[in-house]
Formats: sequence, C-alpha cells, structure tokens
Amino acid sequence: MDTVADKQKREDSLNGVGCSRKRKEDARFIQGKGNYTDDIKMPGMLFADMVRSPYAHARIISINTEKALALPGVHAVLTAADLKPLNLHWMPTLAGDVQAVLADEKVHFQYQEVALVVADDRYIAADAIDLVEVEYEELPVLVDPHKAMTTEAPILREDLVGKMEGAHSTRKHDNHIFNWQAGEKDATDRVFDAAEVTVSQDMVYHRVHPCPLETCGCVASMDKINGKLTVYLTSQAPHVVRTVVSMLSGLPESSVRIVSPDIGGGFGNKVGIYPGYVASIVASIVLGVPVKWVEDRMENISTTAFARDYHMRGELAADSNGIIKALRVNVLADHGAFDSCADPSKFPAGFMHICTGSYDIPVAHLNVDGVYTNKAPGGVSYRCSFRVTEAVYVIERTIDVLAQKLGIDKAEIRRRNFVKKEQFPYTTCLGFELDSGDYHTALEKVLDAVDYKGLRREQEEKRANGELMGIGLVTFTEVVGAGPSKSCDILGVGMFDSAEIRVHPTGSVMARMGTITQGQGHQTTYAQIIASELGITSDEIAIEEGDTDTSPYGLGTYGSRSTPVGGAATAVAARKIKAKAKKIAAHLLEVSEDDLEWEVDRFKVKGVPGQEKTMKDIAWAAYNNVPEGMEPGLEAVDYYDPPNFTFPFGAYLCVVDIDKDTGVTDIRRFYALDDCGTRINPMIIDGQIHGGLTEGYAVAMGQEMPYDEEGNLLGNTLMDYFLPTFVETPKWETDYTVTPSPHHPIGAKGVAESPHVGSIPTFTSAMVDAFAHLDVTHMDMPHNAYRVWKQIKALGLLDN
Amino acid sequence: MAKQAVSFTLNGKTVDVLVEPRELLIHTLRENLNQTGAHIGCETSHCGVCTVDIDGESVKSCTLLTVQTAGSDVKSVEGMATADGLHVIQQAFVDEHGLQCGFCTPGMLMRAYRFLQENPDPNDEEIRWGMSGNLCRCTGYQNIINAVKTAAKNLQQA
Repeated sequence: MDTVADKQKREDSLNGVGCSRKRKEDARFIQGKGNYTDDIKMPGMLFADMVRSPYAHARIISINTEKALALPGVHAVLTAADLKPLNLHWMPTLAGDVQAVLADEKVHFQYQEVALVVADDRYIAADAIDLVEVEYEELPVLVDPHKAMTTEAPILREDLVGKMEGAHSTRKHDNHIFNWQAGEKDATDRVFDAAEVTVSQDMVYHRVHPCPLETCGCVASMDKINGKLTVYLTSQAPHVVRTVVSMLSGLPESSVRIVSPDIGGGFGNKVGIYPGYVASIVASIVLGVPVKWVEDRMENISTTAFARDYHMRGELAADSNGIIKALRVNVLADHGAFDSCADPSKFPAGFMHICTGSYDIPVAHLNVDGVYTNKAPGGVSYRCSFRVTEAVYVIERTIDVLAQKLGIDKAEIRRRNFVKKEQFPYTTCLGFELDSGDYHTALEKVLDAVDYKGLRREQEEKRANGELMGIGLVTFTEVVGAGPSKSCDILGVGMFDSAEIRVHPTGSVMARMGTITQGQGHQTTYAQIIASELGITSDEIAIEEGDTDTSPYGLGTYGSRSTPVGGAATAVAARKIKAKAKKIAAHLLEVSEDDLEWEVDRFKVKGVPGQEKTMKDIAWAAYNNVPEGMEPGLEAVDYYDPPNFTFPFGAYLCVVDIDKDTGVTDIRRFYALDDCGTRINPMIIDGQIHGGLTEGYAVAMGQEMPYDEEGNLLGNTLMDYFLPTFVETPKWETDYTVTPSPHHPIGAKGVAESPHVGSIPTFTSAMVDAFAHLDVTHMDMPHNAYRVWKQIKALGLLDN
Repeated sequence: MAKQAVSFTLNGKTVDVLVEPRELLIHTLRENLNQTGAHIGCETSHCGVCTVDIDGESVKSCTLLTVQTAGSDVKSVEGMATADGLHVIQQAFVDEHGLQCGFCTPGMLMRAYRFLQENPDPNDEEIRWGMSGNLCRCTGYQNIINAVKTAAKNLQQA
C-alpha cells in the first residue's frame, strides 16, 4: 500500500482546516427549510406590534387604549403603566445606562416605543395601533451633538437629573454620558508643541445602520403550567439574554430557555435587547400564550442599534521625513437618547484606542466624550469590532493628510511608519499588545498586484487633462476576539467562550458552542476544526449553537470573536478528547502512550507497521473497553479565556474615476489583501470579505441617517436608505498572506469585520485623492453623487 | 372584513385558501400555507426576498394581493427540488458559496430560475441587471453571479 497516498487520501477525506469545504447549512436554506423567528408558529400564538412616537421629544399627556381594546381580535394593550409595577418600564443596557421599554412620562426619540398591542394576527394588530390615541406636548429637540453640552441645550434625560456619576465617569452636563481617555495627554501635547510638522483634520463618521435583511423579532412563550419561559429570538448572544431575562423577570435561569434559531444576518444589529422583546415576554407572561413580535424595516432602521456617529479630530505630529512622533484624537460621540452602546463594560468607547493603527507611534492620547441626543440608541454595530471602524478611519485619514502635507507618497509614508515584523508582539502606546504582523510584505504584494506606480503615472496624465482619478490606500490593523476576562466582560460576565464536543460510540460527533452564527458558516467551519484535530470527517460532525438549554454558556457572536474565542475553545476541547483517546489507544495496543504517534485519523505504534487504532476504533472502545479507572465515554468541554485579542490586518487599494459633470463615481478597481492567520475555510473567508467590502462601499458611498431639526429621521426605509444591488456593487479582488496568531491554538485570527473596517477609509482615501492635487485633504461621507458634485462645484471645476 | 375563497396552483398542486381581500400573497404563503421559504425584508417592495414565480414571471409576493392570484400558477422555492434531487440552480448556489445567512436565498433562487429562462446564456453585466431586484446583505453578490453563471452552463449541458 502506498502509505503516503493513503495518508493524503485520509487527510483529504476529513475536509478539515484549510479546505474550501461546501457548507453544511446550505441544504436547508436553498430549499426554504431554514427556521427563522418569523417561521415559528405555536398553538395559540398571538401577534404583538408597537405604537410608536411621531415626535422626537415630547411629554406624554395621556394614552387612550379604549378603542383599540374594543376592536375584535385585540387581547391587550400594554403601556408603561402596566410595566411599572414590575419595574420593567426601563431596562438596563450593555453600556450601564437604562433604556425605556415603553415611554413613561416622555418620549426621547422619534419612533420610540409607546405601547404594545397584542392581537390575533399582525393585520389586526396594525389596525389596533391606529386606534391607540396618544396626546403629546412637544419639547425642544436636540439633534446636534456639538450643541448637546451648551447651557441652552434642552435636558433630555430627566430620569438622570442630579445623578452626575454615570456608569463610566463623572458627567459634566445633563446631556453628557461619559468621558473616556487613553494614553498620556501631557506627554503627547509636549511632542506636538515641539514637532517639526503637525497636521489636524476634523472628520465625521456618519450615522449608518446595519440593516440586516431579516429584521429583529421574537416569539415569547410563557408556559404557566411548568413555569418555564421559552423565547425564540434574533439574538447574537442568547446566553447573555437568558441571564438578563432571568435577572429582570425573577425566573431562575434554569426556567428560562432562549433560542436563537436561524438568523437572517445580524451584523451587530442583534446583540442587544430591544423593547419589543421585553414587552412581548411580559405580554406572554400576562396572557399565558405565545406572543410573536416582528418589526418592519422602517422600525428596524429607525429604532434598533445604529452604527458610528463619531465626530473626530485626528492630529499627527511628525518629522519632515514623515516619521510619526505622536497621535492625538478627540471624539464627540453621539449615542442617542439612551446609552445602549454594546461594549465590554470597561470600554465605553470600545476599542477606539487601537487608533494608533499599524504604526509605531511613540506616544498618543485619545479623548472621547459621549452625549445624549433625541435619537435612537446604538453606536456599536455593523462590523465595527467595538469602534475599530472609527479608529481605523481616523488614523488612516490622518496619515493621508500628513503624507499630503509633506508631499510623501501615501504608500511610502506607511512603509516608513509600520510596526516591523520583528517588533511583534508589539505593545502600542495606548495599551494593546499586537500579536503578530507582517505589514511590509502585505503592502508590497498589493502594490505589485495593481501596478501602483503605473496607476500613479496614469493619474498624473489624467490630472493634466483635468480628469478626476483617485487612488485610495489603507493598511489597517484590527483587534478582534474579545476578550481576556481580566479586562473584558459583558455586564460582569467574562468574555470567554466555549465548546462541548461529544463523540458517539460509532465515531460521529455532536458539538455545541457558546457562539451563534448569523450566516458566517460556523456549522461548517467548527466541524472543520474538530475534523482536523480528531481525524473524524467533518461530514460526521454536527454543530449546534443558539439553544441555551443545550449549548455551553458563551458570550455570542460579534466583534469577529467566534474564531478567536469559540474556535480556540473548540480546538482545546478536541485536544482534551484526543488526549483521552491516546490513553485508550495505548490500552488497546498494549503499549505506552509514549510509543504512539498520531497520523491524520489514528494512533500508530512507532516503528511497528499495522499496529494502529483509528479514532473510530477508539470511540467504540471508549464505550466498552477503557483502561481501569477511566470514565467511559469520549467527550470534553472547554471554556476558553483568551490570553489576548487577535490582530488580523489588511492592505486595501481602490481606484475611482469621478465624472466631473455629475459627481458620479465609478469604482474601477478594489483590491483587498487580508491576513487572518491560519485560514480555516478560504471559500467562507472570501464570502465574508465580499460581504464586508460591499457594506463598506454602501457606507462610504451612500448610506446615511440624517435627522432634521425637529428630530425627524429622514430616509429610514429602502426608498432612500442605500443598500447596493448587484448593479452598483463593484467587483472585488481578494488576496491574502498568512501570519498566524502565536497565542491561538490553531493560529487563526478573526476576519469577518476586517473588510468593513478597512474598506470604508479606502473609499474615502480614493475619493479625496481624486481632489488631492487641488489641496483637498478630506471629504466627509457619504460620497454620493450630489455631495461629490458639490465638492466639484466648490472647487470651480464645473464647465458651466 | 369578509373573507374570500381563492384557488391557485402552488408548486403543481391546487390550493384553496380563505383570505381577506387585503391579505398579501407573502402572508398567505407563509402563514396560511406554511411555505416559509419566501421571506419579508422590507415594506417598500425593494428587497425581493419574497420573490416567487407566477404564471411565468418573477413577482415580489409582498406586492400582490392573494385574491389577485386566483387561478394562477405559483412556484416557490419549496417546489424547486424534485424527487430526482436539487435543481441545477440550487446546486450551483451551494457550489459557488452563493449564500450565507440564507435569508435572501429563496427569492434569489426563484429570480434566477426565471432569469435563466429569459436569458439562458447571460454575461456578468446581464446577470447584475437581471437580478437587480433582489438585495443581499451577506455575499456582496459576486458568488451569486458565479452561481448563476455556473447554473446557466449546467442547464445548457443538461
């Protein structure tokens, strides 16, 4: 027998780590047999829907529910008055603030939840909503965060008046949420005062929305006979939801079952708890029957977690060669009416302090102030990795400004400042320890692939002809995999994650994790990790997530943390199984463990051909013939507390051509190199990249959530809210290098948010670059045709 | 509101439903007939996740009243695979990784099913325009284009 070929064949049959294995999820989705929240039907199930505020800021004088209650088919109308006795008219948020479940004395933002109608079906519920009469008294509205802390600003949060100690710091104004700083202010200021060159750039990372194609919803079912509450819901963190629901309801966690079924995309929108969930649970407890709540698109965009809204000033101090000496960043963060920003509890500005980027910067200071405005809550969502989108945007934009001022090429200035390969692990001046990186190699690979020099020559020619061509370049460092429990927790729960793997007697596997996929392919890729570790084909490994009764406790999926944390737990749990398997193999082969070596799917006795036991043999033996004193069975659990984050990186380049008459931009080329260490499934990574780049295109080029002065949210449906179709979406070119994470069990880093984080400043970089020869240093997003045309007009470039 | 009896063909079988005149086809399919493959992603008729095939046309079923489908021949994603296995288009979506969360997928598949009859050998540009009534948030479309191309090739060889 050709053992080399045989070994390769067995290796290939595993479909393990590194294979572009086809997805196990697909079979049900392509046949309409997924099971999403709104597919769920339960006996006696009623339908709930919200009465929402037409005003951004108003006192509620009265709510009259009589006509709604009189409508046949209506079972209940809940208002704050009903929730108050349960102390559920407000709920805690992940940011340590509270959020109104149903508006009590006043409304704080337009479309805010005011009353919950429960009816036989969604048609009757919609009718009943129209019959609820709410009398409002309008109040002055605050929408401009720059005016939030002025003396004339209206006080939004009357519930907090007099409470000047917030969850994160002292509040210096009634509309002030927190101040958070990192780095050394005085030392940074001193470097700026003495620097040869300094640049300063104001920029707005505008408010956008993750807008998953499936909106938020739930089916709450209180079984009053058995005292058990089951809630199916669109949650990216079902275990956390169970803990919170238990604490709020008084039901023991063992009596609360939260199930995240198939989720039609999350993108950070489905991390937190929304009033719709809470009110539906209360309705089910009151009525004793299941209650379904599914929001519509306009409600989703208007009231669930938005992203960004950071008003930033980036400053760099450097020498005349462009070597960076210091970074200073100031942020005004618009958090809306309640601080519901999803973050590890000690990081009110997330990981914004990764804003030193891929560069060796000796000293820096970051200052963030959060303020309340009459808008929906949120902030952290939409592939942001806890504000890393904003961090990467500010450093990449500001370094472009510096390059421009010094007349240094934007690739060259990055080369000069990169943290070098041999400097890793590298501790940044704002406190992260970057695990690994090889930025120079990645950059050169991209520049070669696109013929950067040729592009610059072409741009020179075009500029001479008065044409607008821009080249954008971003070299970013992500921070994903929250995180070490010494610094990272969600409402006090350390940000570990978990895996539980059970090998059956015949050698197939059931495994469950504490994360929850929303399309990222976990049911395929976790099986690949186990397959490679245990030598069992991934076809025979079933993966489940999302049911808090069955899966081990985990913190969920967001911040690209599944591979870094859940993936690590999976590998470690598999290794525990493998260690036991080795003992069983030694017992079966009557040799010492030291005499065994592992080969793909079996333990072999070293130097004795034919003396071997496959993992299948061992699995069977585990149930009938184990060494004396050993427990039967073959399974393991691991709760993995990561020693550090993972720091994937990328080099992105974009070429744009702008029509001078219309401001319409053509994305000619977009080249994305990502390095996320060991690649579990290249096909799935590529799909994550394509999706993330498309989001980045949407954010940079068209998406926005403008509020008018009265606090009306404009463009909150797909009539205006820009989601690109097949036609607008550019063609993507992807590439990679492999720089493994040294601390991760399989060397893998997270990646899913990298394309969103990295691409957005790349688009802006390209757009600004098209005007750079006219001394434009920055243009705020979105770069839609109208805004670009205004820029063209302001520069006097229009022919007429 | 008085209900009306409506009969139409769904995936080759006659179905009889009793609906209010205002009931949207997407709700009849999902709630009355338990065919939950077609989804709802918006209320402004943009996203196309509710796309089904009616009398030889791709139709967004959130934008049609059930009473309007009386006598029609309706096909939904649940009717794509046969006893012989998956439809060529379904297989192509798997092979080319043309889906992630799966929420847009039933609508995409039903649109591709009709599109490839309208244009059996499309180029990339034609696919982009031909599928432009269907939004996807996960894939960035590129692999769906590949899936439609692969399906076109395999359908012609079939």
